Amino acid sequence: MYQAIVFLPLLGAILAGLIAIVGAHGRNPSGDTVEHHNDGHGHGTTPINEDTGVIHASHHEPDGHDAHGHDDHHVTEPPAVGSRAAELITTGLLFVSAALSWFALVDVGFLHHDARVTLLPWITSGDLQVSWALRIDTLTAVMLVVVNTVSSLVHLYSIGYMDEDPNRPRFFGYLSLFTFAMLMLVTSDNLVQLFFGWEGVGLASYLLIGFWYQKPSANAAAIKAFIVNRVGDFGFALGIFAIFALIGSTDFDTIFGGAGGLTGKTINFFGWHVDALTLTCLLLFMGAMGKSAQFLLHTWLPDAMEGPTPVSALIHAATMVTAGVFMVARLSPLFELAPNAQAVVMFIGATTAFFAATIGLVQNDIKRIVAYSTCSQLGYMFVAMGAGAYSVGMFHLFTHAFFKALLFLGSGSVIYAMHHEQDIRNMGGLWRKIPYTYAVMVVGTLALTGFPLTAGYFSKDAIIESAYASHNPFAFYGFLLTVVAALLTSFYSWRLIFKTFHGTPHDEEHYEAAHESPIWMLIPIGVLAVGSFLAGFPFKELFAGHGIEEFFRESVKMNPHIIEEMHHIPETIAFLPTVMMVLGFLISYLFYISRPYLPVELAKQQPMLYQFLLNKWYFDELYDLIFVRPAKWIGYILWKKGDGAIIDGFGPDGVSARVLDVARNAVKIQTGYLYHYAFAMLIGVAGLITWFMFGLGGQ
Amino acid sequence: MTTWPILSVVTFLPALGALLVYLLARGGDEAANRNARWISLWTTLITFLISLILVARFDPASADFQFVEKTSWLATGINYHMGVDGISLPLVILTTAVMPFCIIASWRSVTQRVSEYMMAFLILETLMVGTFSALDLVLFYLFFEGGLIPMFLIIGVWGGPRRVYASFKFFLYTLLGSVLMLLAIMALYWNAGTTDIPTLLHTAVPHNLQKWAWLAFFASFAVKMPMWPVHTWLPDAHVEAPTAGSVILAAILLKMGGYGFLRFSLPMFPLASHDFAPLIFTLSVIAIIYTSLVALMQEDIKKLIAYSSVAHMGFVTMGIFAGTMQGVAGGVFQMISHGIVSGALFLCVGIVYDRMHTREIAAYGGLVNRMPLYALVFMVFTMANVGLPGTSGFIGEFMTLIGTFKVSLPTTVLATTGVILSAAYALWLYRKVVFGTLVKPSLMSIKDLTARECLILFPLVALTILFGVYPKPVLDMSEASVQQLVNNYNTAVTAVKAAALAVQ
Repeated sequence: MYQAIVFLPLLGAILAGLIAIVGAHGRNPSGDTVEHHNDGHGHGTTPINEDTGVIHASHHEPDGHDAHGHDDHHVTEPPAVGSRAAELITTGLLFVSAALSWFALVDVGFLHHDARVTLLPWITSGDLQVSWALRIDTLTAVMLVVVNTVSSLVHLYSIGYMDEDPNRPRFFGYLSLFTFAMLMLVTSDNLVQLFFGWEGVGLASYLLIGFWYQKPSANAAAIKAFIVNRVGDFGFALGIFAIFALIGSTDFDTIFGGAGGLTGKTINFFGWHVDALTLTCLLLFMGAMGKSAQFLLHTWLPDAMEGPTPVSALIHAATMVTAGVFMVARLSPLFELAPNAQAVVMFIGATTAFFAATIGLVQNDIKRIVAYSTCSQLGYMFVAMGAGAYSVGMFHLFTHAFFKALLFLGSGSVIYAMHHEQDIRNMGGLWRKIPYTYAVMVVGTLALTGFPLTAGYFSKDAIIESAYASHNPFAFYGFLLTVVAALLTSFYSWRLIFKTFHGTPHDEEHYEAAHESPIWMLIPIGVLAVGSFLAGFPFKELFAGHGIEEFFRESVKMNPHIIEEMHHIPETIAFLPTVMMVLGFLISYLFYISRPYLPVELAKQQPMLYQFLLNKWYFDELYDLIFVRPAKWIGYILWKKGDGAIIDGFGPDGVSARVLDVARNAVKIQTGYLYHYAFAMLIGVAGLITWFMFGLGGQ
Repeated sequence: MTTWPILSVVTFLPALGALLVYLLARGGDEAANRNARWISLWTTLITFLISLILVARFDPASADFQFVEKTSWLATGINYHMGVDGISLPLVILTTAVMPFCIIASWRSVTQRVSEYMMAFLILETLMVGTFSALDLVLFYLFFEGGLIPMFLIIGVWGGPRRVYASFKFFLYTLLGSVLMLLAIMALYWNAGTTDIPTLLHTAVPHNLQKWAWLAFFASFAVKMPMWPVHTWLPDAHVEAPTAGSVILAAILLKMGGYGFLRFSLPMFPLASHDFAPLIFTLSVIAIIYTSLVALMQEDIKKLIAYSSVAHMGFVTMGIFAGTMQGVAGGVFQMISHGIVSGALFLCVGIVYDRMHTREIAAYGGLVNRMPLYALVFMVFTMANVGLPGTSGFIGEFMTLIGTFKVSLPTTVLATTGVILSAAYALWLYRKVVFGTLVKPSLMSIKDLTARECLILFPLVALTILFGVYPKPVLDMSEASVQQLVNNYNTAVTAVKAAALAVQ
């Protein structure tokens, strides 16, 4: 069964990929000659007329940076052959996988049938023995359910959302490829396979962000996502090396078994003796920071919104970005032994929760608001991880997957209705036009802000409680920032709703044309809306109550006291997040419904702060200044000066120049190339030496 | 075991093919060219098939040399001695496997002096296979240095506009190294009274001589590798070489340096290797970071890939001199993987070069719109170059790094930055060449891969992914030999350390 869950999406990806490539190859002739037109022979950049090229840009979503993006190009390219087949194959297989995943959750979580499936040996060299293997325990089963449920719904949704795109087989192939990589990630039984899944989802994310490869902004965002993730992976890889050096294995069971013996050990890290476990955990956490877009490595996530909206829902909200959280939970036996690393986790998580929420306050692109909200919610999950309440973090991961996917897909439905308009300043009053979308968006917002009895209410409050109860050095910092972030979250979430659906329409033309999305899209968001309620209460005890021991068993190693202490915190504290939620709603209502001139005035009064937030704390500019440009500059200097002037100048060029000087001035032989003489020289030397050797050898 | 000298057949069959080309494909007319191509193709294919017999009959459990042939040759102690072990066999197979691709890749792009071109390649194959299977220093030296001549001609005759400069630079660098290596060979001969490699492997060399001999060998292998700072010949040579020449250069000639380190430096001079390991680590790390940064700024596709080759070879040298099981095995694997991937990347460049006759990155853009198959294939190799898990590129990088971690943590940390930089330059190249809109008029009528081009690229795609998912065939082949090498190295180093402690 587990092989089927993991490999059915791969099968779908391969089939869709074949359909895509065969179709694409069929449309483009092959040949190794180029007919050059007399006029078009140069390297000029003037676009040529339609008679030679049949290339049409197929933009569907406007440039996210562009506040007034309009989609002018209507697609003239016919849809790829077999689009429908590719859609049905991948979606069908995903639904089978999803159904099996729910079986697996019951089987593993409640009936305690943990499983290990060894597939193939992978890297074998000396002590290093790495296998392809599937490890199914409760933690994995929860992830299987999240990944496959959201993925199958997103597949279904995409059939509607992408219906005008000519490259659907490729799109569905990528989606299924992503799902496969994500499944390999969550089922891994060792760090190296985890890394495989980790980079695999990175590849799929790169391909999907850059799906509309004609758009320069999409390409830039795709590369940025890959490279920023690689910065995290740099730490992750070093963490794996460190674990192998310390324990001699990369298998989870061996690592967890041997971790206890590592306390107190140190590693000499550039002459600085650091605690081995702390260092290892921090290196691994660096990978998690990259993948989960945490503070300092977050810059790629907002840009990733260049990809089609279903991608944002699947990859950049529900699944891939939570891989970092999953990783920390998976490695909880290590993190529990490294309190200093946990302190960092909580610090980074809390900072991200707050920092991303502040940026979310002023953004105007509907998808970017939701993206910053994702970033912020991931920070919440890490706060729980830092507190040692791993199951609580996983609870938020679980509920967040539903309501955040819902918000993204709902936004997608808005964007679809508005003909690819993403700027909320150009929306308004839409609730009359698209009531169904409006309703589900409100459900998602309620869940996100933690309205009582929604899924987010249970999980988010549990996180804030765990931060309060924790003994982590940053526990109070974590508590404070998550509470403030709850206020901000409520504010910006309702701001989105109010500006999009209420008030007066700002763009009459788009407003008039707005229409509800096709049924393919409405079903998945309906299911997710139901999930945004049902994912909370029924699972509360299993993830954050007395059922944890029974449900998770050995799959996570909780802080032994945290759950007990969470249940004994003062009533007022437990009530605080709800107060914040209400407060945020009221301010938002005041700003955007009853006194809409207030935000404008505020922005005018505080231009510095407004610009600071609008420009995302200037992180992109800062990184450009301290990393990108110096790297390019150094590269250029090394190339021209290092290789060119110094090495070649003093090396071969210098030598040859001297030799040539000597040759010209002294001998004046100009019959041939220098290498003839070099050749002659070599043969001479070889002959001489050979003679020597035979002379001596013959003795 | 074997009844016929299979290794010699594999080695000299290409030379025989060259002779056939010479005899049967004279004149410069179309018929002669066609003959030359077909004879070469069949020769390389048959050679490859015969070399597969080696794989089938190879006993991976044994660390000894196999398929050994030994006949007395020049003087006492200098024999014609051939044989392969787990370290050289993968390289032999790589050589015979890559050659047919080179011939097919040159099928239409080479139109001048076709038979001479083919002869150069066939003779080069003999010399390369010979280098990897020679078990006598003199024989090795002949093959090793002899390989220079056909390569020099390939660049100098069929190369691009600056071919003379490039071939000359190539020659000057390698000449310097080889003279020093020759001196070291003589020194070894005087020390042991033989040039027989298996004997030398079991002959203790005085510590002092080890140092000098190591440095002399290093001079030669470092240039071949190429290691920083003697790498500058490589970008020029690649840029000017014809496509197949670049493929051979990247896929096989660069591996001779790594092979030399594994065959001579590490086992024969373990103490010197241990002493000089910090030097190697430093140079490797510089190579990885420096050339990656330089690659970032390149304007020529081939140059960019050439610089990335230098960076990838940095992982090989680092892994080898870590002297650990994973490091050395990873080094061997990385050589094979890089042979496949970089060879394929140069083939990819050749494909667009054949169409557009420029290698300038700025001249391309948006190829995916007209060349979807090409885009797919190029993507696979780009990802392998980046070291994405699931491709062969990952295995080598990962193993060398994990093997070095225990030995030198700073080296590993700095070398691992290569994973970030390689992503930067490789994806940047891919974006500039393949993605985007197709607006350049010159590219409007460009066409996708032909059946011939698919024939050379698809097997390489398959191998890249196969070895990424299941590298066991290569790892198993080399395991026993690497194990023995590492054991001997560690024994020698520990013995000296123990002695040093005893003295104190």
